[in-house]
Amino acid sequence: MAHVISAAETLEETLTQELGFNDHFHEHHHGDKFQSNFLTHYIFSTDHKMIARQFLITGIFWAFIGAAMSIIFRLQLGFPEADLVWLKPLLGKWIQVNAAGIGKLDPEFYYSLVTMHGTILVFFVLTAGLSGTFSNLLIPLQVGARDMASPLLNAFSYWAFFLAGVVMFLSLFLSTGPFSGGWTAYPPLSALPQASEGSGAGMTMWIVSMALFVVSALLGGINYITTVLNLRTKGMNMWRMPLTMWAFFVTAVLGVLSFPVLFSGLLLLMFDRGLGTSFYLSEIVVGGQVLDRIGGSPILYQHLFWFLGHPEVYIIILPAMGIVSEVMSVHARKPIFGYRAMVFSILAIGFLSFIVWAHHMFMSGVNPFISNFFVIFTLIIAVPSAVKVFNWITTIYGSNFRFNSASLFSIGFVSMFISGGLTGIFLGNSAIDIQLHDTYFIVAHFHIVMGIAAFFGMFAGIYHWFPKMFGRFMNETLGKVHFWGTLIGAYAIFWPMHYTGMAGVPRRYYDAGASFDAFRHFTDLNKFITVAAIVVFFLQVLFIINFFYSIFSGRKMTSKNPWGANTLEWTTPIETGHGNWPGNIPTVQRWAYDYGKDGKEFIPQYVPLGENEHDHGNH
Amino acid sequence: MTALIILLCFILITIVLVQIGKVTELTAQIKGEREVLRDNSKWNGLLSLIFLVVFLSGVIISAYEFKNVMLGYGPHAAASKHGAMLDALFNLTLVFTGIVFVGTHIALFWFAYKYRYQEGRKATFLAHDNRLEVWWTAIPAVVMTLLVVRGLNAWNEVMADVKEGEDYMEIEATGQQFNWSIRYPGPDNKLGTRDYKLTTAGNPIGQDFTDSKNWDDMIPGQELYLPVGKKVRVRIIAKDVLHNFYLPHFRVKMDAVPGLPTMFVFTPNKTTTEYRNELRKYPEYNEPFDLADPTGPKRWEKFDYELACAELCGKGHYSMRRVLKIVTQEEYDAWFKKQESFYLTQVRGKADDPNKGKMTLPIEAPIRAKAFGESVKKAVESTNATDKTLQLSFINFETGSAKLTEDSKYELDNLVTALNTYPGMSIAIAGHTDNVGEPGANMLLSVERANAVANYLITRGVSGSRLKASGYGDTKPAVPNDTPENQAKNRRTEFTILGGGTTNPS
Repeated sequence: MAHVISAAETLEETLTQELGFNDHFHEHHHGDKFQSNFLTHYIFSTDHKMIARQFLITGIFWAFIGAAMSIIFRLQLGFPEADLVWLKPLLGKWIQVNAAGIGKLDPEFYYSLVTMHGTILVFFVLTAGLSGTFSNLLIPLQVGARDMASPLLNAFSYWAFFLAGVVMFLSLFLSTGPFSGGWTAYPPLSALPQASEGSGAGMTMWIVSMALFVVSALLGGINYITTVLNLRTKGMNMWRMPLTMWAFFVTAVLGVLSFPVLFSGLLLLMFDRGLGTSFYLSEIVVGGQVLDRIGGSPILYQHLFWFLGHPEVYIIILPAMGIVSEVMSVHARKPIFGYRAMVFSILAIGFLSFIVWAHHMFMSGVNPFISNFFVIFTLIIAVPSAVKVFNWITTIYGSNFRFNSASLFSIGFVSMFISGGLTGIFLGNSAIDIQLHDTYFIVAHFHIVMGIAAFFGMFAGIYHWFPKMFGRFMNETLGKVHFWGTLIGAYAIFWPMHYTGMAGVPRRYYDAGASFDAFRHFTDLNKFITVAAIVVFFLQVLFIINFFYSIFSGRKMTSKNPWGANTLEWTTPIETGHGNWPGNIPTVQRWAYDYGKDGKEFIPQYVPLGENEHDHGNH
Repeated sequence: MTALIILLCFILITIVLVQIGKVTELTAQIKGEREVLRDNSKWNGLLSLIFLVVFLSGVIISAYEFKNVMLGYGPHAAASKHGAMLDALFNLTLVFTGIVFVGTHIALFWFAYKYRYQEGRKATFLAHDNRLEVWWTAIPAVVMTLLVVRGLNAWNEVMADVKEGEDYMEIEATGQQFNWSIRYPGPDNKLGTRDYKLTTAGNPIGQDFTDSKNWDDMIPGQELYLPVGKKVRVRIIAKDVLHNFYLPHFRVKMDAVPGLPTMFVFTPNKTTTEYRNELRKYPEYNEPFDLADPTGPKRWEKFDYELACAELCGKGHYSMRRVLKIVTQEEYDAWFKKQESFYLTQVRGKADDPNKGKMTLPIEAPIRAKAFGESVKKAVESTNATDKTLQLSFINFETGSAKLTEDSKYELDNLVTALNTYPGMSIAIAGHTDNVGEPGANMLLSVERANAVANYLITRGVSGSRLKASGYGDTKPAVPNDTPENQAKNRRTEFTILGGGTTNPS
């Protein structure tokens, strides 16, 4: 293939010279004086590519912490009799040693672990780590911009996220422990320090951290939207954008519209905690103390929370969908099937995500009549989701599919999205939700559909764009071990949870239901899940080793466009400087998916349309 | 130690894998890109197929293995009238999603295998196909419509409140960290009002005991009972944080929210015994209930319906278990009769009782009458002189006067009954005061009050010759007059059986 690429590169240079857009970039920037020393280049960078790497590495840090927490609470669930005294040096008083010298996880801390695992994974890893990384990396590169609309705000976005992380991290060391009331932080539990130790200082720090995170999400989101709308290169109309761009764009819109609502919800919660208001509190007696709070409604908080919370799951999954569409098409050497249908389904999912939030609240005491509407809208989401799945499968059909870590993870994503998406049809139907709500069935559902699936999308993206980020490739053998192991391991963890869920075992039970006759007969299954979780955890450590090892010693990239892809990021030099293209910005002549067309393996976006050739994006 | 071994194993495996990775990367460079692509295709195509087969058979085998936890199947059938409907909907959804799951997975991994990279093969340029896309938009839409219609029909039926005039019983569940209080209405079939501000240690759910509907309400401590076939409306509320009233066998689940009462209506349709007999058919329920005691009772023998909490409520969330027994109406009635009013047993007469000292409540009158009769009988039969003096409770006079209050008459009527029971009995009535005020005035008042009691008895047909009334003022305190409580105890009316009680009751 090497000779094809070199020919393409010559062609690219010629075309960029002839047709490219000259914004006099090279005349203004004789070297980047703002990114010249170590500190400004690696730490306080305003280059979107560096910020992307910062988001990614911070995300990996948090993913490790979040996953390690899950291993600790899985040990409790799978091996309740095990002696955890060896964790005492790490966890201190959270391991209670009884008279026989057996160390047990403190129940309060178990709930802290569960809460932190959820918060960290949902926000820090799958929002910041996924959308933050790839929106930053790809938006300017794929739309043909020198950087984000506001590189400075972009840097602020990362640093707000970093601060959010610092605050959350510090809360792990509080003597009363980090927040322990679940990642959804429902009041009154989250509002009353008397009700739970973690609702004291731990909750205050949780709210402060989340507020900083909202700032980060908004600064980032505004930037992504503006860049996509205003900084597209000549010829890059909306219908020529790769699906990654559509996905990141809609994700950013969702974030900008929904994160402020979470913030307002948390602000009112802060008032209830600190100022004696009663937005969420009414008629409460806690710890024998009759509180003078009347008239609030805990359900109001749930509405505000899920008005973010539901779009949030699409904020997580849409970027993964975009990445998978792109990665799959490139490695299938075939256009994504039904490009416009894919775009419309992203838009439909984005729109519907705002009118389904109360499906998290069927059993929370809202008027059952209202649930009728939320059932209808929720199950409608199955239609665009099904369209996307069928389109991905058809993309593979008739392809010449190149297996590598990136493309394998894109297949894995589709499998996970199917498995997890289908169980959503059970849960979205309120009548079935009566039984399945807050059982392990829902744990299985959301972990597969937005946890594992989003991670698979993220892995596909990391393996695919690693050369763009670091100029080297990740090790393929380790990547494939990582993929096959994780695919099997993730199903081994979450598939059995459907069964415990159907049996009715509630989630968030410290003893996995041991005190209930109906729930306590799954000890072998729980052991199996825990063992699978440990294996999968080690596989992710292997990925992290591969990641950092490859940054420094991976196989070097020798050509600009190693995958033979059409999109613009592969027209930048291997060592991409700030500003992305040293000379003219290439202009776009066609959509991003001309793979295998007219006998050519691929036709990059900067190649002008031939005579009688029509653009498949704009038909 | 195990942790250390596992860690060491992992480090070892990692080192090996990294080395293999390095080596394969080197050989790949020697082999060239095409060779690597071919190898990748061969191995990963094969793995795709193997995964497809292993995964799908794993799913099917595990589903078979765990068929007994499937909703509506075998031992996991619902024990409520509406439950079967939800289970059927679950299984209908399972059929549709099962088909899609298997079909799409076969397509996904089979295509990945079939269209794996092969040298010289050209990918088909297939950008879209409107007809196909219309099909796979329309079919899910139709299936979803079916599921939505079925689902909402079931939902609206299940969540509907009871209608006026319908035959149902109502109980109330209060969630608190970390247990449930379940309140049954007494014989009046009405739950009394509550005010959370009245909550104290002695009044755990804040019942308003000035409301007569509360007087017979019961809060059973241990097992809960419900009659089979009877519609039950559960009022659900929480005291402190969110809880969730969850009866897994009945497909009942609803959040308990402080300040916002919720409800769930359901009809149990299998008694505990019937359910046990169902479970008996399945081998896993014939295993010993307690594995440490293999000869002990089997699982089905010890089966009980359970109440759990399904909304995170703090560190004891996992421990909010209660046992619920579904029994026949007769068994339920028998159980119901044995239950005691919370108010009368736990609150009445205690410091928290808002009706303290006021009167014998109508609900108490028969109970008090019975108790009074028994204590008179005991006094009559006793040979000990000190046992012959009894105190009259709930006898009150208007302040500073000898006029009996209206509700004093319950107790006096009990005395009339006793005097009628023992026609030969004569009694001495004694009035006592505390030491507040002038002793002479106290003496006078106590005499007048004793006379008032005697006069009331005479108006009820008791012969005056059987009565002797005297007042003692503050001269015979029952306890030292050192606290207001003790002074209250000293303001009392007593009677002493003088004789004739030994005559046979008429």
